[in-house]
Amino acid sequence: MAEGLTWNVYDANTMTQADIYGDVLCLLGEKYDRIVGLSADLAKSTKIGKFAEKYPHRFFNAGIAEQNMFGMAAGLALSGLVPVVSTMAVFTTMRAAEQVRTDICYQNLDVKIIATHGGISFGQAGTTHQCTEDIAIMRSMANMTVVVPADGIECGNAVIACIEHPGPVYIRIGRGFEPTCYENDTYGFEIGKSVEIVPGSDITLICCGITVLQAREAAQILKKTDGLSVRVINMHTIKPLDAEAVRKAIAETRRIITFEDHNIYGGLGSAVAEVIAESGKACAFTRVGIPDCYSLVGYPEDLYHHYKFDADGIVGKVREVMGKDFEEDENWEDGF
Amino acid sequence: MPLSEQEIAGLRQHARQLRQDILDVTFWAGGAHIGGALSIVEILVLLYYKYLSIDPKNPEKEDRDRFILSKGHAGVGFAALLARKGYFDFELLKDFNKFNSPFGMHLDKHKVPGLDASTGSLGHGLPMAVGLALGARLQKRQWLTYCLLGDGECNEGSIWEAAMAAAHYKLTNLITFVDRNRFSVDGNTEDVMALEPFADKWRSFGFIVHEVDGHSYTELSRAIEAAMKEKAAPVLIMAHTVKGKGVDFMEGDVRWHYGGLDSDTLAKTKQSLASTAKD
Ligand SMILES: Cc1ncc(C[n+]2csc(CCOP(=O)(O)OP(=O)(O)O)c2C)c(N)n1
Repeated sequence: MAEGLTWNVYDANTMTQADIYGDVLCLLGEKYDRIVGLSADLAKSTKIGKFAEKYPHRFFNAGIAEQNMFGMAAGLALSGLVPVVSTMAVFTTMRAAEQVRTDICYQNLDVKIIATHGGISFGQAGTTHQCTEDIAIMRSMANMTVVVPADGIECGNAVIACIEHPGPVYIRIGRGFEPTCYENDTYGFEIGKSVEIVPGSDITLICCGITVLQAREAAQILKKTDGLSVRVINMHTIKPLDAEAVRKAIAETRRIITFEDHNIYGGLGSAVAEVIAESGKACAFTRVGIPDCYSLVGYPEDLYHHYKFDADGIVGKVREVMGKDFEEDENWEDGF
Repeated sequence: MPLSEQEIAGLRQHARQLRQDILDVTFWAGGAHIGGALSIVEILVLLYYKYLSIDPKNPEKEDRDRFILSKGHAGVGFAALLARKGYFDFELLKDFNKFNSPFGMHLDKHKVPGLDASTGSLGHGLPMAVGLALGARLQKRQWLTYCLLGDGECNEGSIWEAAMAAAHYKLTNLITFVDRNRFSVDGNTEDVMALEPFADKWRSFGFIVHEVDGHSYTELSRAIEAAMKEKAAPVLIMAHTVKGKGVDFMEGDVRWHYGGLDSDTLAKTKQSLASTAKD
């Protein structure tokens, strides 16, 4: 991982999530002269504009033309450069899906994508700008690595890590106004390795993105009010998934809930479900996310509450799943 | 027929109202795409108060003319216009953007009466308009399809794919506008991704192009009437406009592509509107 790239955490706390990645990219630009930036008329809104200001000759604005932009990024990578591309998640993963899949993933190119406005973080903009399908789509493309940082600090870590991580990487963030979860960047971020942010033995909450902070708060509440020991895992990398952490959670807590700002189909919940099913072990399990519909319009906090992945909603879901039965497995002990 | 003085006075009145509404709804919404909503006011007003054959009491009337706002981010103004036309109660717009409101920044056909298509992702409107026009022709319907594009939106390849199809199928029942306000989000269109020679591009794709002042009812109306009579090729009306038109400190300032208004700024915008309305 790149050395000497720490930034002042106190600054980070006053910056938006997107600001942090803009600043980190500027620092990385000094260290790696092969990094080039691209956006599609959203340089300012996505904060890759910070890189554009610092390195105008290494930044290309493709205009409002996402398909061409991802094709261009593939070409730049074929020429030996490392393109970092940033636009909204919805236009990345759906408008330019085939360019991302065929030009970038199929050719296994070093293109790093920072997709903003993921999930319902821009809920008031309506369905055209919400993106609750991207994790599923990106996860299904061979060669792609998929990271959903919990906050701006983790996004900074992910951006640093992705540059030296071979092949295409998809980093999915929100609109940039989300609250911070981490106080510093030194908790040991590693692509593909989840972080247990709260230890616990009664139930495990596996989260990514904005739900990590919410689950941590819920765990505190549940400890106080229900005396529950709730484990919270920040599964920041959806692919490759840290299956070991999931298997450990099955064995040690036997109850798992996933929380994500995404359709319940195809995202974190599905990835975890696959591991549970293949483990052959019984486990009380529920996925929480957008229940296979287009989200309502509204500000994100109201919507997170409505879809039950804010702290309140998480508390309720945990109580529900604590009352749920799972079939006992006689050979439980010899499984792992 | 040229517009009468009286008609123009009436349209001006509607435009003044719509500009005020855009600012009020932006205030309620906590933020909206103000600049590009203000630049298309005359086009919308002229279409909705003069040319479109529609019935707000019967929004799904089969033979109505169709209108697609391809630059769907201007929904804040479009929604206000539909309310003033009587499709729904204007007061509903006070909830714009709020939890479970029918109105988000980009309007949803299933929630907003009067909308012919849901838009907001740029480059989708013209292809759908081509389909509507083809569908009308195939089913021997007389309705006309109108489509309004942003200039930055024309960076999208899908616009040119649709343009090719419109010319290929000689869709003279389709009338397309470009709101040529010369800005997108990141700056001037010519700096971000040059469009010029823009009108020539449309001509080379097989369109008949009329270039007009997009704030002049007389010029817009002349072009629309010419388009209605055109039988040889689809028509593109290149409407030269000012982003943020009507509010002096927003005009031509790309920072007002998207913004929120506090009550002080709202008051300033109203003052500016009142003073420009006099001339
Ligand atoms: C496919 C797609 N890419 C990006 C955006 C984000 N976006 C919203 S408005 C806008 C600029 C539009 O510029 P223009 O068409 O000129 O509209 P106007 O200046 O009239 O507002 C962009 C890039 C979008 N809505 N759709």
